[in-house]
Amino acid sequence: MLSRFVRHRPAVASAVIIVFLGMGAGFAGRLRLPDPIQIQMTHKFAPPLSQGHVLGADELGRDVLSRLLHAGRISLTVGVAAMLVTVTFGALLGTLAGYFRGATDAILLRITDAMLSFPPIFLLLALAAFVPPSLASMTLIIGVTSWMDVTRMVRGQMLALREREFIQGARGLGASGGRIMLRHLLPNTVGIIAVAATLSVARAILLESYISFLGYGIQPPLASWGNMLNNAQSYFASAPWVAIFPGIAITLAVTSFNFLGDGLRDALDPRHVMQR
Amino acid sequence: MHRYLIRRVLQALVVLLLVSMLGFSVLHLAPGGPAAIYAMTPTMSAEDLERLTRQLGLDRPVPEQYVRWAGGVLTGNWGRSYRDGRLVREVVVDRIPATLVLMVSAFTVAVGLGLFTGIVSAVRQYSLFDHLLTFGSMVALSIPTFWLGLMGIYVFAVLLRVLPPGNMGTIGADFAVGDLLKHLVLPAATLGVVMVATWSRYTRASMLEVIREDYMRTAQAKGVAAGALILKHALRNALIPLITLAGLQLPLVFSGALVTETVFTWPGMGRLFVDSIGYRDYPVLMGLLMLTAVLVVAGNLIADLVYAAVDPRVRLS
Repeated sequence: MLSRFVRHRPAVASAVIIVFLGMGAGFAGRLRLPDPIQIQMTHKFAPPLSQGHVLGADELGRDVLSRLLHAGRISLTVGVAAMLVTVTFGALLGTLAGYFRGATDAILLRITDAMLSFPPIFLLLALAAFVPPSLASMTLIIGVTSWMDVTRMVRGQMLALREREFIQGARGLGASGGRIMLRHLLPNTVGIIAVAATLSVARAILLESYISFLGYGIQPPLASWGNMLNNAQSYFASAPWVAIFPGIAITLAVTSFNFLGDGLRDALDPRHVMQR
Repeated sequence: MHRYLIRRVLQALVVLLLVSMLGFSVLHLAPGGPAAIYAMTPTMSAEDLERLTRQLGLDRPVPEQYVRWAGGVLTGNWGRSYRDGRLVREVVVDRIPATLVLMVSAFTVAVGLGLFTGIVSAVRQYSLFDHLLTFGSMVALSIPTFWLGLMGIYVFAVLLRVLPPGNMGTIGADFAVGDLLKHLVLPAATLGVVMVATWSRYTRASMLEVIREDYMRTAQAKGVAAGALILKHALRNALIPLITLAGLQLPLVFSGALVTETVFTWPGMGRLFVDSIGYRDYPVLMGLLMLTAVLVVAGNLIADLVYAAVDPRVRLS
């Protein structure tokens, strides 16, 4: 399995990039960079590689590189934490629907369908606008609006697994429903859950950037990749670097997690060669 | 077929009922509630606020408000906008053409380009083109739409000055098709990028699956020319699963349209939604949420029915 993953070169490169992004975010405070929220009007719109700003300075003279790394901390944290919410919710509902079938399944499936009928940004914005914005609330609302795909995947897997002999065996030995679900069924879905988890980190980072860009997510002076682009449109002519770098950071992170998920899927299921 | 049709329509109706309940709860259970915006008006006294709350029925329990609202929607009364008192139905319907123009043009380009690149990629599997396309479409799926739009504006409107940076037409000028098209290029391209990527990936996967089928080998052995083999034997079958993609993609396209419209100040439904959020204009928000959800559910239903009609192998039960 590992060798199949290693052969997926984009996935390996992505893993390396993710480690770098993570380290950049993790050690942002220890690098000798200017304070990310320190306003210094004399450095306003300092171009890259001038006045000690590697990637330039923004409209308030704050260091773009420093903000970028600190923003990475926020954006990656929201991405991973929202993924945890998504996967927990999705796996729980998917397991229940697939195991109990019948009315439980029908009800959960219709709710899933209903949630999937909203354009994701519409629902997310509606929630974000009315909840006081914070790291925790962003994480939670992204999580509770993204679980549907995981639910469907886990449910499908459960429906197939529950008819297999080893489950019948467990039932024959008198195992309870809860035990069968937790000890026998769920461990067999770890593969698809891992894939879904990786892809949902990508999705969460992207969604956070949309909401923050529109002004309802992480609030300044705290930087996130999305809110760094919030006012960028007004400064194009004078300072394009303010708009360019955060976008590259988002694209890099999201592409990496997507490739990683793809690579994981190919490694776990050799028959499945890119079919998304 | 009839029983299948009836069951699917009933399912869709249940989903829409749930959608309306979910949407209504999201908006009305939020802290502050719909009256919060009025509380911020400095000239509003406590008594006025209370009277207004009562007038709008906001003092009633949420389920009761929901029933009243739902009853109104079913009889064609979507309420009035909190912002300017106009009828919600008019406010929303006014914005449909702009969004439709944007979505349809992005969709057309995306399907054309996506099918073409997907087919070439599948036929030349593992070629340089295939690798580049696979990589490119993954990046395209990962770029934030708003940033792509911003970069488009920067390059084509700020640096090169060949395209307008926003709006649906030159302000003050009379409507002209050429002017509209010029304003349409950037937003449609921005919205189209994600769609091209998805269509290309699906087409490639679907074509690869069909190419491996036995009947393809039979056709090849019979001496069918390569071009006819791909276009007539493979493509026609590969297209069938793609029908559902058109339906499945709708929610994402609406989301993309919202962001694109915001960046390009395009006067469509997405921008109306963002503006209405700023004004806490609940009736309009609810109208937009419902309208998009209805379109999504209808789109999926139609896609499924077309799929069943086109592919005789699909058994309806």
